[in-house]
Amino acid sequence: MAGKKEQPQDIKRREFIGSTILAAGVATVAPGVLLTVANATSEDEGANSEIRWGMLIDSNKCVDNCTACVDACERENGIDLLRRPQGQGDEMWNAQRPQWIRKVKLRDRQTGEVTNLPMMCQHCEFPPCVDVCPTGASFKRADGIVLVDRHTCIGCRYCMMACPYKARSFVHQNVEQQTIRAPRGKGCVESCNLCIHRIDSGATTTACQDACEKDGHKAILFGDLKNPESELSKALQQKSSRQVRADLELNTGVRYTSL
Amino acid sequence: MQSSTGILRAAGVIPAVVAALFSMAVHSGSAVTPGSRAAGMEACVAPTAEIRRYHMDYLKHDRIKVVRDGVRGVKYSLAECVDCHAEQDGNGGYHPVNGDGQFCNKCHEYLAVSLTCFQCHSKKPEQKRSAASLSGEKNAGQSSLFGLLMKFDEAPALSAEEMAQLHAISRED
Ligand code: HEC
Ligand code: HEC
Ligand code: HEC
Repeated sequence: MAGKKEQPQDIKRREFIGSTILAAGVATVAPGVLLTVANATSEDEGANSEIRWGMLIDSNKCVDNCTACVDACERENGIDLLRRPQGQGDEMWNAQRPQWIRKVKLRDRQTGEVTNLPMMCQHCEFPPCVDVCPTGASFKRADGIVLVDRHTCIGCRYCMMACPYKARSFVHQNVEQQTIRAPRGKGCVESCNLCIHRIDSGATTTACQDACEKDGHKAILFGDLKNPESELSKALQQKSSRQVRADLELNTGVRYTSL
Repeated sequence: MQSSTGILRAAGVIPAVVAALFSMAVHSGSAVTPGSRAAGMEACVAPTAEIRRYHMDYLKHDRIKVVRDGVRGVKYSLAECVDCHAEQDGNGGYHPVNGDGQFCNKCHEYLAVSLTCFQCHSKKPEQKRSAASLSGEKNAGQSSLFGLLMKFDEAPALSAEEMAQLHAISRED
């Protein structure tokens, strides 16, 4: 890593913007295509490779002590319905219970500056979890969402080891209360799927984004990275954004500003 | 019997057995439970003989469409089987569709084919989340919200350089 440090960050960013604009060129040749893309997300058509879902998170707007996104995620995806296994202590429970999004707090050792950011599956273009999965359960959907097909997951947890973002969790306990939108059971790995059930039925926001916005912070923006007209693409064009651990060249779908 | 495979024979025999065992079923000769939405309906999502024989294949086919390809509104959705086939319990709720004597259990118990699906999938049609489940077991203290070994008051201290290492450089020339 140390060897790669010299590369000015801006070049990277310009390259990214450059390629976004290139993609824009392609897309605007046929504006009609964009319209179909918008519809394709709802019902029947399925995930579409003309879309790449992503996110931009403004860590400046992410407030200390606020857990709106975490709470909303847990409610949306039924994580709050999980019960602590009998007799399990706090420490183990906190370390092991599933969490799709979590708050990370960093403090600059020299200046004392504190940065807050929500951390979740970064929906890499080249996901290490997919590389290591022995059954093909970990996969990337056509629209860039990285997820676990729990019908084929054998719970080996290689993906958890491979993920540089510690974004995946394992369900250790029997699940008593199920939801229709987010089935889960003991013995499988899971992680943020960008609220796939909402997106697939035509929604344009995730639960965490809604919650953040409702609390007036607006730190999270979800959208289509490949559509130059999306709010997300526009924000990315205007602001300097970063990928966490960009040195791994995973080309994450989740990006951060003010980091 | 249109075919002589063991499965088909089994599937053919079962409704008869089931009909005998559960003669209170509304449709005689049917495994459909009274008090389910299906009991008031004419047909399943496929012709009866076909769904009996092939529901396992159809379900597995369509779950790939949903999970892998993101196609929603498939014909053979497990959530919808449950929606139609779960029996009302008379208290505004439902019996689990795989519970004793319930629809998915009837044949399967006889066949000794256990349905693992409901370890994850809801056994009941969608209902409003009860107040009890809303409040749930509230997280004990804020620290638990941070989970995964991240303590709430202990932000990891990083130097500016380490911070920079967190992101950055995507390509070397
Ligand atoms: C729209 C409501 C509805 C849905 C959805 C539905 N069913 Fe049915 N199902 C019925 C009805 C009504 C019958 C009874 C048909 C008859 O009387 O011949 C039936 C019959 C069956 C039978 C045959 C029972 C017997 O007596 O042999 C099976 C098996 C079955 N359904 C399985 C399923 C599965 C699996 C699914 C999900 C893919 C499903 N059903 C979805 C309404 C439904
Ligand atoms: C380890 C957990 C798990 C088990 C066990 C499991 N599923 Fe699933 N299943 C899921 C998840 C997660 C989804 C994705 C739900 C979504 O995205 O809406 C899903 C989706 C589906 C869907 C599409 C959604 C729907 O309701 O129609 C079908 C069909 C399905 N599963 C069938 C099955 C069948 C049949 C079995 C048993 C043989 C089974 N599943 C067992 C976790 C599981
Ligand atoms: C009419 C009897 C009958 C009913 C009712 C029935 N099944 Fe089945 N099911 C079978 C038979 C027969 C098999 C095949 C067993 C085999 O191939 O070994 C089977 C197999 C399956 C399998 C594949 C199991 C595996 O592990 O491979 C699934 C999944 C399944 N059924 C789901 C359901 C669901 C869900 C319901 C309730 C909606 C249901 N079945 C109701 C008869 C029935």
